[in-house]
Parts: sequence; structure tokens; C-alpha cells
Amino acid sequence: MSDSYDTPDQRNLLDQTAQGVIGQPLARPEGALKVCGQATYAAEHDLRGCAEGVLVGATIGCGRVVRIHRDEVLAMPGVLAIYADQAMLRRNAQGTAGEAPIQDVATVDYYGQPVALVVAESFEQATAAAKALRVDYDVTTDADFDPAEVEYETSEEPDELGDLDRAMNEAAFSIDRTFTTAAHNSAAMEPHASIADWDGSNLTLYGSFQMLKYNVKELADSVDVAEKNVRILSPYIGGGFGSKLGISHDAASAALAARDLGRPVRVTLTRQQVFETITRRSETRQRLRLACDQEGRLTGIGHEAWVTNLPDEGFAEPVTQATKFLYAGQNRRLALAVGRVHLTTAGSVRAPGEAVGMQVLEAAMDEMAEAAGIDPVEFRKRNLPAELPGEGLPYSSRMLSEALDTGARSFGWEQRHPHPCQRREGEWWIGMGVASAARVNILSKAEARVTLRADGRVLVESDQTDLGTGSYAILGQIAAEMLGVPIDRTDVALGDSDLPAGSGSGGSWGATSTGSAVFHACEAIRANLAHKLGVDADDLRLKDGLANGRPVTDLLDRDLVETGRIEPGKTMKDYSQASYGAFFCEAAVNAFTGETRVRRMTGAFGFGRVLNAKTARSQCLGGMVWGIGSALTEAMEFDHRTGRLMTHDLAEYHVPVHRDVPAIEVILLEERDAAASPLQAKGVGELGICGAAGAVASAIYNACGVRLHSFPMTPDKLAKRLPDPFGV
Amino acid sequence: MATQSATLDVNGEAREFQGDPRQTLLDFLRLDLKLTGTKKGCDHGQCGACTVIVNGRRINSCLSLAIMHDGDQITTIEGIGTPENLAAIQRAFVSHDGFQCGYCTPGQICSATAMLKELAAGWPSAVTEAVADTPAPSDKELRERMSGNLCRCGAYSNIIAAIREVMQSEKGT
Repeated sequence: MSDSYDTPDQRNLLDQTAQGVIGQPLARPEGALKVCGQATYAAEHDLRGCAEGVLVGATIGCGRVVRIHRDEVLAMPGVLAIYADQAMLRRNAQGTAGEAPIQDVATVDYYGQPVALVVAESFEQATAAAKALRVDYDVTTDADFDPAEVEYETSEEPDELGDLDRAMNEAAFSIDRTFTTAAHNSAAMEPHASIADWDGSNLTLYGSFQMLKYNVKELADSVDVAEKNVRILSPYIGGGFGSKLGISHDAASAALAARDLGRPVRVTLTRQQVFETITRRSETRQRLRLACDQEGRLTGIGHEAWVTNLPDEGFAEPVTQATKFLYAGQNRRLALAVGRVHLTTAGSVRAPGEAVGMQVLEAAMDEMAEAAGIDPVEFRKRNLPAELPGEGLPYSSRMLSEALDTGARSFGWEQRHPHPCQRREGEWWIGMGVASAARVNILSKAEARVTLRADGRVLVESDQTDLGTGSYAILGQIAAEMLGVPIDRTDVALGDSDLPAGSGSGGSWGATSTGSAVFHACEAIRANLAHKLGVDADDLRLKDGLANGRPVTDLLDRDLVETGRIEPGKTMKDYSQASYGAFFCEAAVNAFTGETRVRRMTGAFGFGRVLNAKTARSQCLGGMVWGIGSALTEAMEFDHRTGRLMTHDLAEYHVPVHRDVPAIEVILLEERDAAASPLQAKGVGELGICGAAGAVASAIYNACGVRLHSFPMTPDKLAKRLPDPFGV
Repeated sequence: MATQSATLDVNGEAREFQGDPRQTLLDFLRLDLKLTGTKKGCDHGQCGACTVIVNGRRINSCLSLAIMHDGDQITTIEGIGTPENLAAIQRAFVSHDGFQCGYCTPGQICSATAMLKELAAGWPSAVTEAVADTPAPSDKELRERMSGNLCRCGAYSNIIAAIREVMQSEKGT
């Protein structure tokens, strides 16, 4: 059987199996370890004789290191060595890079970039020494730090269809708005950390990563050893959100120092270093042009975006990704341009593209609906194309209309006043907003091994990671369902690069890709069991350890081991694939201060088969919390004179806290999408953020009548435009 | 630097601190005692991942030096329950999926454990309407009191649901 997924698997096998665990809201199998502090994260592995490394960040934004005053620091208590190695990483690796990123820390590309590693016996000694290390620089005085001041170049050929200018001119209603969104940091709770341990020429690295098969290549290339000599262990990851897709400064510097010192070395980034040196989501400027006819049918969509990155980085935030397939409109222009600035490397942060593209598109759709005098839910439903505009591809499945209707009903959308400033409670304006959710669906090459042990237990193995996404839960459920084994007789081992290479976690593809590999491995085991029983595979019924009524252990004289694989194939090209949903938000805006409180939110989502209703719901919930942050508080603010990040910790970069997050309702819509994967499942890890902030923005407008075009919508921006608080 | 010593009661066990007076309570727990359940998220008192309970009060252990705790009673997540014998709040976190990555979780649980006692003792918070009265255990009160514990996975609603379940079961007993 080819591994390439070329034709939709219409058998819906997981609807015919008998175990009944697939989709169930089961608790995470690793949950007890996590709530007891017994899950071991990267920095927590206990290695004898481990030395402590602390990175030193550049205090300039661009230039060269001319001298490091080593001697005075080497004389400090406990200090073992100072490294400023050519192999140390100047930037971190982009997702799926599979090779060393830009190295050599003698050149400074951005403020805070690591320029040296200080290693000492204790963490306190290393921290004090790193702080004391004096570095002289040759500063580049004409470097660009301000996205508003640089030239932009087209990143790729614009996607054009028809004549947008003409559509705008001839439209019954049109809007032309320019929005901005701030740069974002993933801010995973666990800072990046690595412990490197060499045994001869073999390196074991305990780290916190999303995609081990690529990370092994990146690390091996960085420290110049063969891939087979590198093993990465990453069983528990304290959040990733894109920031741990590629290896970072900690991994290479720990490996280099440990090799030189002949003992294990731990390097953990400080929280400030996470902000200053780990990939950011680019700030964006986005021009939205929408045109529609008298009936509110879109005739034109223009979405042009300007983003930034460091020189020589290939990544450009793909802002218009969902605009391509979401709405109708025969005249289109989608374009992306990138400017070069000496700010922290830009890369993938949860839902690259849609996270900031969708929130702006959806805020603009709200304005367009208002201009056309149509309810914004109805306006969206009226503009769902029958096929992919310009390319004629069918949609694999699309629950957007159902999500809008179901969400609206549950939220109580009919209570919304169509005009702003209609509802006031004390000093608060109250309003409601809606937005669509959409995120492209991607299948990625994956491999997994499944063992049906002679004693009837099942073991699933892959280098797949679980960032909190639920991989441990859902991979076990797929195997238990396919092999008819109770979930408590199913074990899942992940996060070890010596195991078969899963897809890794990113782009919302981990569950469907590695899950499909598990599914295929189980199919092979099922075929074997059917053969042993002398029945057709179709007639095999596995449940609670019984195969067609016989204990499956009676059929096993040894372990059955199968490796399953999947690769993206023709189904990715034959269909437009995405996960969809709808957000509803009720917000209160303080009539005097402009403070916005999200009072409640509903999200309804369709992403194919739900593999675990508990962990899937949590993914959606978390995405919506990110939407609140993106809408109201999150912003990386740089000093454009020096390139210094001014919001480089959790006191200045405001992720939502308990008090910012109201009761959130999540509705999971049942759907089957055979084109997406043999599981009929699509990705859900990022969907919950894709558009959520647009619903908040629209609720703010509906509350107080102020249309802001700048995210985050902080009180300072709102307050000066609020209506007279006493005037209504 | 001269080493100094102290004796701390950690989860009911006397533990000797002898070392660098610059060492935080957090690093002493994690590096010296190998109690890595207490997490380091920011090392600046901004995220709450390192929350432990000292003499009944929750603190950020990253903002406190180990040497300052001679004679103090310290409860870490390891002192609250074990995988084989989960405390009620730990069970509630698992069943309500009050976490995803799990990194902020020990801090959330230690914080919630002490917070419920503060609430029961009638301590007011920034959102308490009448500070002389016993505060009503509204969602707003719970959220306000838990706001020092960040969760980037965004499990907040599930955490509040877990805490509420524990409150209700304690009320019932």
C-alpha cells in the first residue's frame, strides 16, 4: 500500500469499530503526573555533575562583537568557561528547517541576541558571571529597527483574479480600510531549556521541542556531528505554540559546552531571553478592500499585507492564507510584502497567517455587513463560495454555515442590537460581535509503531510530541479503538527521537498525521488478526480484548509489531481543506476609561472527526483565550531607535490572566472529512485563535460605536474616541 | 561566597540548606532537593508557576531566598498528592482538563489550595464589594484571586471549574 494519501478513505472505519473510545472525552493519560509535578520537563532531568550555563545577550541592536573581557569573569568563583563559539546560534531554526540556522555569534543581528555562554558550577555563579561579562561592540549605526521606515518587497507573486479596482468602483457598497496588528511572542510557560550529555561522540539532549525529526538534523548540523549520533528526548513540553518548532540557542550552546567540558551542561533561557531571542510573530499592516452588490454579495476582496523579518530569513507571515478560500468575490487581489528590520527573528507563532489575517478580515467583514445593512451572520453565510475561487476546487468539508447558526443560537445572537451604543449597564457599554474561524488543514509525513503484545496490551510509539495538545490521549484512543482494547491497557511512548518519526507538532497537523500513521499500523495488525481467525478484515470485530468473541491473547504467541506511515498525497491538491468555525463575543467597554472586558464567548467548530472531545475542547478554549490577548493586550513594543524590546517579560507583555477570561462555551460539531485523513479528522490546535479577536473587535464597536483598526485595542486607543459618557 | 545554613521543613521533612545565600527557594527545591514539581516560568514573580505554600501562605518561591526560610514549613506540589493518591483538587484538575502542557499546573494547584483558605478566612480581594463581609465565592472572586497564576494554554475556565468542584465537595462534607 502506498503511504501517499491520494484518495479519500470513505470507509469511515472508526465509525464501525466497536470499542467506543474514539472521540470520548477521556482524561489525559499523563494527567496524574502533571498535576503532581511528576512529569519531567527539559531542565529537570537529573544528570550527575551537570554544570550550569547562562547566555549573555547583546546590548546593541546591530553590529559586531570586538572584544569579550573573559579574564575578569573566568576569575570569578565557580566559573568553568566562556564560549563565544562560531557554531553557537545567532538565530533559532525556523519550523521544519532540518538544518542549522544562521550561526556565529560574533555578529549581532538583533538586540538581546546571545553573544556568549558562561558556564559555572552553580546557577548562581553562572548568573552572576554572565551579568558581569563585559562585551565591547562595533555598532552599526544605520541599521533599520522601525517597520514604518523600511522598504517592502513583494514576498511572492500576488494572487490576482478579475479586476478589483473596477469591482470597488462599481460596488453598491464598499470599504477600504488599513489595519495594524502588533508583534506577538508565544510566551510558552516553560522557557526553552536544554541539557546536553555526551558519551564519546554520541550526544543526548534533553530539550523542549515540537518536531524531533527536524530538531535532530538541526542540532547535528549545528554541532557538526552525524544525525545518528544525536538523540533528543522531549517527553513533556511546557507549551510550544511555534516557539519550539526549531532548535534554539540553548540547545547548540549546551551541546558545544558539554562536549568541551566533558560533562553535562544545562542551559535555560531566562524569560527575558525567550522574549528577545525566540521567534516572534511579525507585526502587520493590512489593507482590506471589500466590495459587494445591493444584495450583499461580495464582488471583490483585496487583502494586502506588509510584514517584517530579519535579512536573509525566508519566512514571511502568510497573512492572506485563509482569505484565499473563505469568501466569494470574483475580483481579488491577495498580496504579501516583507520589509527587513533588525528585530528578533520572525517565524511561526500559533496559527501563522490566520491568527492575525483572519482577525482583520473578520473585523472588515463586520464593517462591510454594516455598510450593506445586513446582519453580520447572514452576510457571511451569503458569501460562502461553492468552490475555491479562481481554481474551481471543491471544499473537502466545511461546517462554517452550521457553526454560525449553531453558535448564534446558543449565544443568543438575536438579542444583539444592530446599532452601537444601545445597551448600557452602569458605566459600561455592552455589545456583541461575531467572526468566522478558518485555518488551513495540512497532512504531514508521519510514521508510528504499534505493538499488540502477547499479553493483550497495546503500545504506541512515535517521536511525536505532546505540547499539551493531547497527543498522548488521542494516539492511545485511536489504537484502542482500532484494536478493541480498553484504554487502560494502552500505553503511548512519545518524545524520543529514537522512535519512528511522527509528523511533529505544528500547523495543527500532529493529531491527524501521526494519528493516521497509528491507524495504518493498527490496520496491518487487524489484517494479521483476521488472517489468524480466517475471516475477512471486514468481518473482524475487536472489543475489550476479544476478537470475534475469542480472547485476542489466544491468537498471539508473540508480540505483533507494525509500523504505519502516511504522506500527503493527491487529496491535498484535489480539495481545498480547512477547519472552520464561528466566534461570538459579548464585551463591555468602560464609557469613561475605554477598558474592555470580555464578558462571555461562544465558539462553534467543525474540524472533522473529534478524536477526544475533552482535549479538542481545551484546544479551542485556549485558542479563544489567545484571541482575547490578541484583541486587547498582547504587543511586543520595540524601541525603534535601538531595536530593544521594551516588553520583554510577562509583566510588560500582557497575556490574558484568569480575570481576563470569562466563561467560554465551546461547541464541537460532528463532521467527517475523508479527504483530510483516513481518520476523517482535521486539525484543531490553532483553529480557536483564527478570527477570535475579530469577534472581540466587532463587539467593541457594537458596544461603544468606535471602530478601531489597530490591534490590540487598548484603553488609550479607545478612550480618546469614546462617545460622551453622559450624552446618551 | 561564604556558605550559610538553614533547616527547612519541606513537605513534613527536615531539609538542610547549606550553600550559596543567593540561591532562591525555587532553585533550592528544584536543583538541590530535586523537587522539580515547582516550576520556573519567569524567575521574576510574574507568572506564578513557582507558587509554594510557606507557613500556610502562598508565595512565589522565585522571589524568596532559601536562606530566609530557616524553620519555615513549606508545602510543594509533591506534598499535596501523588499519582497513586491524588488530592481532591488534583483529581478535579485532571477530570476538568484544568491544564494542557502542565507547566503552570503545580503552581495553579498550590495557589488554589491556599486561596480557598484565604477565601474561607474572609480575606477580601480587589473585587470584593464590602470588605467587612465574608466575600461571596463568585467566579469573579476566584478569577481575581487566581490571576497571579498565568496559563498560556488558556485552561482558565477549566481551572475555575476544577476549583469550584472542590469547593462544592468540601461544602458537602
